[in-house]
Amino acid sequence: MKRPNMRGAMLSAAIASLLMPTAALAQDEAPPTLQSLTDGLAATGSDVSATWIMLSAILVILMQVGFMFLEIGFARGKNVGTIVAKILVNFSIAAVVWWAVGYGIAFGGGGQFIGDSGFLLNVGQTMSETSIPTVLGYGAEVNGMHFTYFLFQFAFVAVSLAIVWGSTLERIKFIAYPIYAVVFVAVIYPLVAHQVWAGNLHPFGLLIQDFAGSSVVHLTGATGALAAVLLLGPRRGKFGADGKPRPIPGHNMPLFGLAVLILWVGWFGFNAGSTVSATGAIFGQVAVVTNLGAAGGVIGAAIMALALGKTLDVGMVGNGAIGGLVAITAPSGYVDPWAAAVIGLIAGLIIVPAIIGIEKKIDDPVGVLAVHGLAGIWGTLSCGLFTTEALTLEGQKSGLFYGGGAEQLAAQFVAVVATFLIVFIISFATFYLIKKTVGLRVTADEEIAGLDISEHGMYGYPEQFIPEAELVGYGSSPTLTSASAVASTAKPQEV
Amino acid sequence: MKMITAYIRHDAFEPIRSELLELGFPSMTIADVKGSGRQKGITEQYRGASVTNYLRPKLKIECAVSDGDVQTIVDTILKHARTGNVGDGKIFVSPIEQAYRIRTGESGEETLQAHPDAAEAAKG
Repeated sequence: MKRPNMRGAMLSAAIASLLMPTAALAQDEAPPTLQSLTDGLAATGSDVSATWIMLSAILVILMQVGFMFLEIGFARGKNVGTIVAKILVNFSIAAVVWWAVGYGIAFGGGGQFIGDSGFLLNVGQTMSETSIPTVLGYGAEVNGMHFTYFLFQFAFVAVSLAIVWGSTLERIKFIAYPIYAVVFVAVIYPLVAHQVWAGNLHPFGLLIQDFAGSSVVHLTGATGALAAVLLLGPRRGKFGADGKPRPIPGHNMPLFGLAVLILWVGWFGFNAGSTVSATGAIFGQVAVVTNLGAAGGVIGAAIMALALGKTLDVGMVGNGAIGGLVAITAPSGYVDPWAAAVIGLIAGLIIVPAIIGIEKKIDDPVGVLAVHGLAGIWGTLSCGLFTTEALTLEGQKSGLFYGGGAEQLAAQFVAVVATFLIVFIISFATFYLIKKTVGLRVTADEEIAGLDISEHGMYGYPEQFIPEAELVGYGSSPTLTSASAVASTAKPQEV
Repeated sequence: MKMITAYIRHDAFEPIRSELLELGFPSMTIADVKGSGRQKGITEQYRGASVTNYLRPKLKIECAVSDGDVQTIVDTILKHARTGNVGDGKIFVSPIEQAYRIRTGESGEETLQAHPDAAEAAKG
């Protein structure tokens, strides 16, 4: 999707290397023509690529587990079941809406603002000439190859949607999820993807460098989160009478840690899969770059947490990993390994003070605004600094540190601003309408009782909230019931 | 000497605690408890079956004070724990026959005195 020109270059390099041994063996067999080799390689390459895209799509879908347990770990025990329901419902709505509308608008070719093909995707349908799959060489007629690409892109929009809700935990009404999900997947995300990834936004005549979506996926999600949290307000008790923030600790750090590593693993699909090709195994390089970015993020956040808080805050270290991954997402296909570690490290250094600073005014329970927002902006801009000449595509420039000047950096900045504006305006309007009609926030009583019982009628951890005695029987005196039960089984002969 | 036992909403604890500290009463014991009164139960649904939980979570505060301080403590609790809705809780005041400080073996009202630095330290 993001490097349509690369595929051709890779293919010819691979053909050249194949031709050498073949020439030596050719004495015994009919000499293969260049055409037959190219045909064979293209067919195999395409199937292998499809397999890689499919595997990547599944890895990215696995990240939903990561978002689920990251939020659960950072929430209190009375607000955890609702997160399970939310992820499942949002993911499902995204699946339907993306298939029906979103994919076509984002990648279906067309004009400056929206695509014109690929709606209600089905086999045999014809994609427009300027649609991304057609540009990638999948052909205009929709086949299995298109569907692997479709599923891969769906996994991305689902991630972006999941990011939105981290800042709204523990106080938002459930009804806000499905409403915003439809708008987000049908309109907001596709508009951004159509601008940046389909190449419709080209400031200064340059193509934006956002390999796997620091802007398109992460900044988009975080901007939606900002719009939501501004209208939602902080949780009860987050700010004291003196206006200072107070901690509302999450209930399960081990689940949070599990989530961080699941996201880390899923990210190999996210970034390395964004090669949308297995040719030349370029995904290996992208995977290593991604890993170095995450590692840099952990180290940066650990250093900063020690420096600012004097303790190795577990949540900060975990957020450092995510921040590093978010930052390396845009440059993952454009930079050298050393730069990846630096980009991740800087992301880790940024997010710790950012989380602490944002916390002073805005209640963002999992740190979405810093980890996906600021790190996403940093990652997008970092392309303008670190992109190497060898990895740029036609229509792009190398970074400031590689002699390409500041032009690409300026273009990246325009991409950040455009993404923020598109997402913030539509998101704020949507959340405002939700607030004025069905309501955005639960009542104080519901918030105190917890969203599990007030929104879903059941607890995530029933034993913590229902005394065991009351579970014995509905409406009866618990002790008497259990005592008579014991008596009747203990002395059956007397009855 | 009197024992003040209050059952309150969790929300009310922090302002009560802060004010008692400022007034010079740092000593107290608290416990998470569940109890029932006039407040309605919460019904949990689970796969179509339901169970009503009549025991609601409350916070219990115990404070042993001199007779002359009882009204101050009670007023502080009333001020912050009252929302006007069913479920605000109750305060019970009961007599204490004797009190001992284990470390020194002192007895009587002497044991109720807070350490002179305690209130200052809590404020700082």
